[in-house]
Amino acid sequence: MDLKTKVLTKSLWVFHAACSPCNNCDIEILDVLTPRHDAERFGIILVGSVRAADVLLVTGVPNRKTAVRIKKLYEQAPKPCFVIAVGGCACGRVMFRDSYNSPCALDELLPVDAYIPGCPPKPEALLAGVVKVIQKLRGE
Amino acid sequence: MSILAQVKSKLDDKVIDWQEHSPRRIYITVRPKDIKEVARLMFKNLGFRFVIASGTDTPAGIEILYHFSYDKGGILFSVRVLIEDKKNPQIDSIATLFPAAEWIEREMWELLGINFVGHPNLTHLLLIDDWPQGEFPLRHKER
Amino acid sequence: MSHKVVIPIGPYHPLQDEPEFFRLYVEGERVVDIDIVIGYLHRGIEKLSESKHYDQVAFLVERICGICSNSHPFAYVLAVEDLVKMEVPERASYIRTIIAELERLHSHLLWLGLAGHFIGYNTVWMWAWKYREPVLDLFELITGNRQHYGMMKVGGVRKDIEEEDIPQVRKMVDDLVPVVDMFKGAVMDDPVIKARLKRVGVLTEQQAIDWCVVGPTARASGVNIDVRRDDPYGAYDKVDWNVIVEKDGDIFAKTVVRILEMHESISIIRQCLDKMPKGPIDANLKDVSIGEGIGRVEAPRGECFHYVKSDGTNRPVRHKIRAPSYMNVASNKVAAVGGTISDAAITLAAVDPCYCCTERVAVLDKKTSNKMMNGWDLIKLSQDKTQRIRESYGAKP
Repeated sequence: MDLKTKVLTKSLWVFHAACSPCNNCDIEILDVLTPRHDAERFGIILVGSVRAADVLLVTGVPNRKTAVRIKKLYEQAPKPCFVIAVGGCACGRVMFRDSYNSPCALDELLPVDAYIPGCPPKPEALLAGVVKVIQKLRGE
Repeated sequence: MSILAQVKSKLDDKVIDWQEHSPRRIYITVRPKDIKEVARLMFKNLGFRFVIASGTDTPAGIEILYHFSYDKGGILFSVRVLIEDKKNPQIDSIATLFPAAEWIEREMWELLGINFVGHPNLTHLLLIDDWPQGEFPLRHKER
Repeated sequence: MSHKVVIPIGPYHPLQDEPEFFRLYVEGERVVDIDIVIGYLHRGIEKLSESKHYDQVAFLVERICGICSNSHPFAYVLAVEDLVKMEVPERASYIRTIIAELERLHSHLLWLGLAGHFIGYNTVWMWAWKYREPVLDLFELITGNRQHYGMMKVGGVRKDIEEEDIPQVRKMVDDLVPVVDMFKGAVMDDPVIKARLKRVGVLTEQQAIDWCVVGPTARASGVNIDVRRDDPYGAYDKVDWNVIVEKDGDIFAKTVVRILEMHESISIIRQCLDKMPKGPIDANLKDVSIGEGIGRVEAPRGECFHYVKSDGTNRPVRHKIRAPSYMNVASNKVAAVGGTISDAAITLAAVDPCYCCTERVAVLDKKTSNKMMNGWDLIKLSQDKTQRIRESYGAKP
């Protein structure tokens, strides 16, 4: 693992990007910042611009409008950028597979590094998922 | 006069059919050409709230239900029109009567292919702008 | 000389969660027009409904929106029950009402937190969300999941509230009373919040009627409508409660309506727990006959409407869904216009847009724009304005 990546895992700057979610996963992501779970003690900070992001947390099914946008967003993120698919919809589209407005799954658009399934995944599951990414980066 | 009687009297001979499914669900059928006047009577004259309009592809034609709510009595009046021409379905727009109808008609246009005559801005609302022409997702495929 | 500048809000602002596209046209500091472009959340659910059978549809429609994930299945099962003209067992009605009011509590607390953040009261955000957690814990206890509870079923409810869990429900609800009182005092008596939110983002009564808005957005503008009272369902006509209406139509009024509604929700839940009879929770409906039905409920954001048409098979032939935010978000065209940019963020958020319900609204970058701000900057503007007001009341800069 290169030095840059090693340094990254001390404090992960996370950017939340939503495709077409129902909002539950997004609320649980924000929940992780609130006092009970308090992700900031792990050095996980939510940033307002994709250009500062180390990690892209993606929620929701890509629909025809958002598929284009999410791809552009990923291209704007400085590399290395790790993509975590949060929730059943981002992992595999679940019940929206057959929809006329859902052309493909997220991992056909972007390289996904981690999948956190659930509908929505509990905040504990989110933290566990991010910790797994950190461990993977550190080579543990 | 009860509210049902009031509605009947205002709509008068425009009513082709009147069904009371239950005390709070009334379905009224009118001709497509009368819809603008009926909507005006329901909204402006009787003071009902416009809830939504739902379009359905049926074998007999494209059916639109305009749902109006009489809040004081908790009664929903659903005004039904049947557009028999499925190749070029069209009907007068009611968006000029109240702004709330604008999005609703745009959605029915793009998902069912109904042309709302007189609509100020009949453009894509939900689907991408280069959605293939003639493809209406809510139309049933011919078997 | 004034020039028209376009300020986009969105698409990927973390606190707004969904890509919401508004195009604000401003002259100087004043918003003169707004374009709302939606379509970013459209997943074709109405069409998907036609390929699922009636039991599956209840789970599908839950995922229209996460925050009011109970309201959509509730309205849907009411629509099917209206179609077949059936009554559900009494205990099921009471359980449905309790779940619906718990959802209202968590939704209003969520909004309070976000609104607090938007105007720079981060403590309000953290506290509102902290006190939201016990409600979610209760959902997990009763239904098995924090969100997306899957409780609604055509003919009744999927799971009963166990007798041994009821003391915990009562305790959680009792613990919320001083919390709601605290927010009431913190918000309604704070001169800075009053100065920040009064006369901001006003929707007049006539505008509320013309744009057919619903829910707290309508009730804050003096339009006295509430589906729970007007077209009763569940157990709402068996318990005593008040509809909260305010006159001013500004954001302060919308906040007051939501806070006071939380008190009513607590009262309804307590009465339901007292009155709920023992008995079956499911009528075991086997067939859906040919016909059509309409169901509507008062979701936290307003009237949620479902229309179902059946041709006698086990799948709906048409399912029309109208979420409350569909009407409320559109009304921003008049509510946000005339205000300043620093008020734009809170005005747009004041209708409690359940974007997923309606559709996300997306911002398109206009090529002619000179100043470009993202949603983050707009929130900052809003927070700065609050800080200026605080300082004018004597707070240290």
